[in-house]
Amino acid sequence: MSNTPDGLKYAKTHEWVKDNGDGTVTVGISDHAQELLGDLVFVELPEAGSDIAAGDEIAVVESVKAASDIYSPLSGKILGINEVLNDAPESINDSPYEEGWLFTLKITDKSELDALMDADAYTKHAQDEEH
Amino acid sequence: MDKKTILNQTHHDLGARMVPFGGWDMPVHYGSQIEEHHAIRQHAGMFDVSHMQIIDLKGSDCKRYLRHLLANDVGKLKSTGRALYSCMLNSQGGVIDDLIVYFMDETWYRIVVNASTAQKDLGWIMEQVGVFGVEVLPRSDMAMIAVQGPKAIELTLPLLNEELREAAAELKPFSAVWDPSWFVARTGYTGEDGFEILLPQGDCVALWNDLADAGVRPCGLGARDTLRLEAGMNLYGQDMDETTTPLASGLGWTVALKPEERSFIGRGALEKQKKEGIPQQLVGLVLEGRGILRSHQKLYAADKQIGEITSGGFSPTLERSIALARIETGSPHGVDVEMRGKRLPVKVVKYPFVRHGKLATKL
Repeated sequence: MSNTPDGLKYAKTHEWVKDNGDGTVTVGISDHAQELLGDLVFVELPEAGSDIAAGDEIAVVESVKAASDIYSPLSGKILGINEVLNDAPESINDSPYEEGWLFTLKITDKSELDALMDADAYTKHAQDEEH
Repeated sequence: MDKKTILNQTHHDLGARMVPFGGWDMPVHYGSQIEEHHAIRQHAGMFDVSHMQIIDLKGSDCKRYLRHLLANDVGKLKSTGRALYSCMLNSQGGVIDDLIVYFMDETWYRIVVNASTAQKDLGWIMEQVGVFGVEVLPRSDMAMIAVQGPKAIELTLPLLNEELREAAAELKPFSAVWDPSWFVARTGYTGEDGFEILLPQGDCVALWNDLADAGVRPCGLGARDTLRLEAGMNLYGQDMDETTTPLASGLGWTVALKPEERSFIGRGALEKQKKEGIPQQLVGLVLEGRGILRSHQKLYAADKQIGEITSGGFSPTLERSIALARIETGSPHGVDVEMRGKRLPVKVVKYPFVRHGKLATKL
């Protein structure tokens, strides 16, 4: 069974969002998503400083199987990216919620956070997609 | 409903991620495709390849029939147990399938064809029998396990019965031994040493479990694909199909145009293509920068499209992306691949990329 920590928010497209409480969030992909993708071998991250809107394609993760677009769950400005992933994309498989984070974002619209799913709703969403 | 091999429940019990493949429910990996890949390069791993179709051909005309049916010449098989890789062509020289044929005796040959093309192949093989005295016997009663890797043979031998073990220990590459129920061939699809074992379905799960107990790692079709790509082995449906000839698919070495009097299906078309010039070739590619080469990505030289990738992916052994590609004949310089709207430089290299665990080309 995939690990879906409480306290995070989740998007339908399998990104997780951690509210850092200071107007910034950290974004990654869920354990369920990395399991579906298989071993990750390449990550293309956005540039720090770029402005993005919720739903924008802003990163690409490629596994041994396929390339997969990552969508920004929220609008804002990219603050930082996880440079470790350039050399160690497998961090996403090993630790999707800690070492495998993708980028941090200064959000522009806090209400977008409320539209995301909690852990229970996301678990159900992921199960529905499987069947 | 996808078909299930005799090992299907075993795969589920091992926690495999299952996918549909050629009409079968097959394991793509059991946790980590990359670790499975390394297990075969460095130690030993095994695949359930029971979805592949085993066909026995029996009768006094077997040899004559196969010399007509196949682009390679079974006449090269001088002693029993020897194996030959060949394409089976249509009259236009297109590849219906690639296969391995084993010479069992003067009236018995065994062939193994791909799962996804099995029905088409059987139809074609039966259709071509015509007046030849040949019986076509699909062996759906048998299962097949491929054990591959530098330790594969050493770990497998103790699990064979005594008589078979002694004979299998002496096997040369591309040859096989058998008893009335088991068949052991020193063949594979990974670029490593190992065995392919064809056996009654009833014996299969026990052998799989014994191999696992001996330290042979279960590996899925995902690792099988990256291993064969590194080994520079074509995959039917990707690197060649009915619209391409073996000559334009890097498989010229499998076409026996000599002796000239052997008239096999597709011969005329191949001779014509050879005379007029083979328009395309299969080459190896290495991506110089970051990213992953994938099939159908387009290739350019000096802004002119010269072909596309037929098989691409990440090479766990080389830790970079490699591919096979079909491009115009010639030696192009400055080849770029188009990846998500961007052009990135690739290097054209000789393949195989990897053999027996080591780099086999110049990067």
